[in-house]
Amino acid sequence: MPSHGTVMVGCGAGFSGDRLDAPLPVVRSLISSGRPAAIMFETLGERTLALAQLARLENPDAGYEPLLERMLAPILEACLANGIRILGNFGAANPHAAARAIRALGQRLGCRPIRIAVVTGDDLIASGAISGLEDERGAPRSLGDVICANAYLGAAPLVEALAAGADIVVTGRVADPSLALAPFAYHHGWSLDDTALAAAGTMAGHLLECGAQVTGGYYADPGFKDVPHPDRIGFPIVAMQADGRFTVTKADDIGGLVTRHTVTEQLLYEIHDPSAYLTPDVTLDITQVELAEAGPDCVRVEGARGRQRPARLKVTVGHDAGWFGEGEISYAGPNALNRARLALDVVRKRLGSGIRMRGDLIGVASVFNDDRGEWLARRADRAGEAGGAADALAGAFAGAHDPAQLLQDVRVRIAVSAPEREVAARAPEEVLALYCSGPAGGGGVRSSLRRRISTTSGYIRRELVRPVVEILE
Amino acid sequence: MSELVEVPLHRIAHGRAGDKGDRLNVSVIAYRAEHYPLLCEQVTAERVAELFAHRRAGKVQRYELPRLWALNFVIDDVLEGGVNDALNLDGHGKSNSFLVLSLTVRVPRVSLSGIGDGQGIPDRSDSTGIPDSYDSTDSPDTRNTRLTQKEGTDS
Repeated sequence: MPSHGTVMVGCGAGFSGDRLDAPLPVVRSLISSGRPAAIMFETLGERTLALAQLARLENPDAGYEPLLERMLAPILEACLANGIRILGNFGAANPHAAARAIRALGQRLGCRPIRIAVVTGDDLIASGAISGLEDERGAPRSLGDVICANAYLGAAPLVEALAAGADIVVTGRVADPSLALAPFAYHHGWSLDDTALAAAGTMAGHLLECGAQVTGGYYADPGFKDVPHPDRIGFPIVAMQADGRFTVTKADDIGGLVTRHTVTEQLLYEIHDPSAYLTPDVTLDITQVELAEAGPDCVRVEGARGRQRPARLKVTVGHDAGWFGEGEISYAGPNALNRARLALDVVRKRLGSGIRMRGDLIGVASVFNDDRGEWLARRADRAGEAGGAADALAGAFAGAHDPAQLLQDVRVRIAVSAPEREVAARAPEEVLALYCSGPAGGGGVRSSLRRRISTTSGYIRRELVRPVVEILE
Repeated sequence: MSELVEVPLHRIAHGRAGDKGDRLNVSVIAYRAEHYPLLCEQVTAERVAELFAHRRAGKVQRYELPRLWALNFVIDDVLEGGVNDALNLDGHGKSNSFLVLSLTVRVPRVSLSGIGDGQGIPDRSDSTGIPDSYDSTDSPDTRNTRLTQKEGTDS
């Protein structure tokens, strides 16, 4: 049903673990717009999918978004009653189980019967297409320790599902922006082969896919970038015209903001070459994009350009990556920094040189630090030049108003990774042992030990991947 | 003639970091269009590479987006394995946008009014006396789309 008006697509989640009270205000705003509308949920990171695959191996009914029922319960009835389609990659490694859970949820809530579409075909091990896996240069990839391999599907099967009358479209690995491009294309009657329109819909999807990240989430920097009511940020909504021009706005009546600056941050998020952002649907060029503030919390976006979509689909490949152990302990008060550094040295010596480990002093050097501790050492050296006293290390911290205070609460962190569980376990074990054998005054030990899955990227020729759309009544 | 002051990049620009595997991108976006040429001139791929030298960063590529008043830096092999393999607390490297924003830039003092003058960071020129005045009228026009890159010395 092609529309010449405006189509609205909102975002209900930008990652697995997003705020569960966010979707309802989006749905209310979509309803009050009176336009054809859909809400998308993007809950699938590269690692999330690999973890979901492991969960499914342990339990055939698991492997989809763990928060699925809690995400949809507040909005399901309103969406069904108002014709607002729901699209989500919350099927993760098990879209069929997710569909069953949605059906059961609808029955519990007393909703009308739901037409659910399940899109599969992304799982290359299940489909047998895995043998076609290639590296970046097109050479066959060895499969070795592969746990899972999922190709990024595009918008086409989602459009097919919407055309078949699906109320809800459940997918596994689909490119994030495709979750928005599909409802735009369906409602406006766009051909996905029209690169200009596919580019516009993809860019809108890219802006929507991280939820609040375009409406003031992950943005606040007090005194520089203040965000109204950051405790209840309205999630984004795109109003798309038939010609591909659109505005970004947000759910009404709650916090957050939409300005050219919030939009610019998200526009460039996870972008490498801005003239060639590759998706299964189009090669997107954002270098000519123009932003204009068209009203309060409303930014007009124009100028996305598109070129032919890539011949190959990207594949996320999950591998077993052994074990990861961490331990932390705090030192505070006088001489805290030297006691913390001593604790680090003690653990380093006890672990020896054959183990891959890292030591941070949280409050001194951690996330900007490096595995060898050069960043930490450089700061210590600068402090030495400045007078030698341990607390002079604080002088290396530009902008600290009370550096001595800053360094009176230091947390030691040790991390180890290894193929063997017992080697990774040395990190929590050695940190725990500091209680009785380490420097004076250590407290607050916390530790963790977990399996690790690593992911790499592969490629596959798109004709080897056959998306499947099933409609479940 | 306009007096120049040295300020953290954070004073005139904002940004966001994102990762794909072991590759990081950091956007640097001017709050005001008038500062975009300053970013192009002073926030070079070389300076960013130096900032990440301790992480053994590989290639640093800079893309210019004049219509967005923004630069996009793509830094290879900087996450010590990336989210799946790094030992870093921040395996995604998301906090690194603020490492880039800690670079200093020289800007006309007059152009700073109204940015971050609420409860923002202090103007370091007042406390360190670092900046000198000099004539900035010879700034090269850097508004054409241009791409600069640098091979990290440690990769």
